[in-house]
Amino acid sequence: MKTSTKLWIGVIALIVLSPLGLILPAWLGAGTAWGEWSAEELRNLVGYVPARLGHISRIWHAPLPDYAFKGQEHASTPALSVSYVVSAVVGVAAVVVVALLLGKLLARREKSDAA
Amino acid sequence: VHIPDGYLGPQTYGAAYAIMAPVWAVASRIVSRTLRSRQVPMLALGAAFTFVIMMFNVPIPGGTTGHAVGAVLVAVLLGPWAACIAVSVALIVQAVLFGDGGITAIGANCLNMAVIMPFVGYGVYRIVASRSAARSPRRWIGAALGGYIGLNAAAFATAVEFGIQPLIAHDAAGHALYAPYPLSVAIPVMMVGHLVVFGVVEAVATGLVVAYLQRADASMLYGAPAPSPEPSPAGREAGGRP
Repeated sequence: MKTSTKLWIGVIALIVLSPLGLILPAWLGAGTAWGEWSAEELRNLVGYVPARLGHISRIWHAPLPDYAFKGQEHASTPALSVSYVVSAVVGVAAVVVVALLLGKLLARREKSDAA
Repeated sequence: VHIPDGYLGPQTYGAAYAIMAPVWAVASRIVSRTLRSRQVPMLALGAAFTFVIMMFNVPIPGGTTGHAVGAVLVAVLLGPWAACIAVSVALIVQAVLFGDGGITAIGANCLNMAVIMPFVGYGVYRIVASRSAARSPRRWIGAALGGYIGLNAAAFATAVEFGIQPLIAHDAAGHALYAPYPLSVAIPVMMVGHLVVFGVVEAVATGLVVAYLQRADASMLYGAPAPSPEPSPAGREAGGRP
């Protein structure tokens, strides 16, 4: 098997295992990454929502916010794990398509590239 | 270290975009000169790897989370300019589809994780690996060290960007308009997590994959001399060693 095929299998394995990135923090009681709080979390931390922060933070509503489906804010960890894997598949697919297009656009064409 | 929308004021995120525009232009130009068309799938693989590795949030029990980025690994395989492109693609998809990192902060997040991290990490790797053979342990050690220092450099830049916000903008009551914590809080909090935990995760992940590739197909390392024990480059696809 080609090494690059093995590496792709590695990426697929990481997609399948990705819910660990959700389950372990939940299990060990670790919160949001530092500096990535929502406006509400920030209100609890510093006592107010910085005025412009609250405004700018609403400019974009991602289709899969925080790697979950919309309305899953209070879903259980197993339910979130499913949407996490779905998000990983969607995200990897999007990244691969964009990178391939970009690469095709940029890469040097070689006449002697048959090998 | 994904800065969300609202944490940086326009002066900061605008400046980051202003820095990134020429960097992306130079990266595209250099990659178009150096990337061979059969390496394009590797660029996609690198982008896919960094995307998915960033989903592995590593917890500090009872504290916060962080994650590896993989930017130095991609730099060791494809060079730092291609890594800049690959990580930028992953970061843009994260911001647009998943709200992980802000739209306004794409420039800043790319500056931290797609420029500072791969270039610092690759520099460390080059210093440690020097002209060693493609299978030399100095290469995976250099890659691991590069991952550790590269991620910490990115975390430091992020902490500075957060920490200068209260200096730049606050209202009459002294309340910050954007990120509320000053440098004296942002830098120590960010650095402790990354120096003690997340940087180690990055180092292990980077070192392991590079060590594996050195044995499986050392020709994949960017700029490394052709592996000498092989009698001819024809054996490259076969991969296996006796």
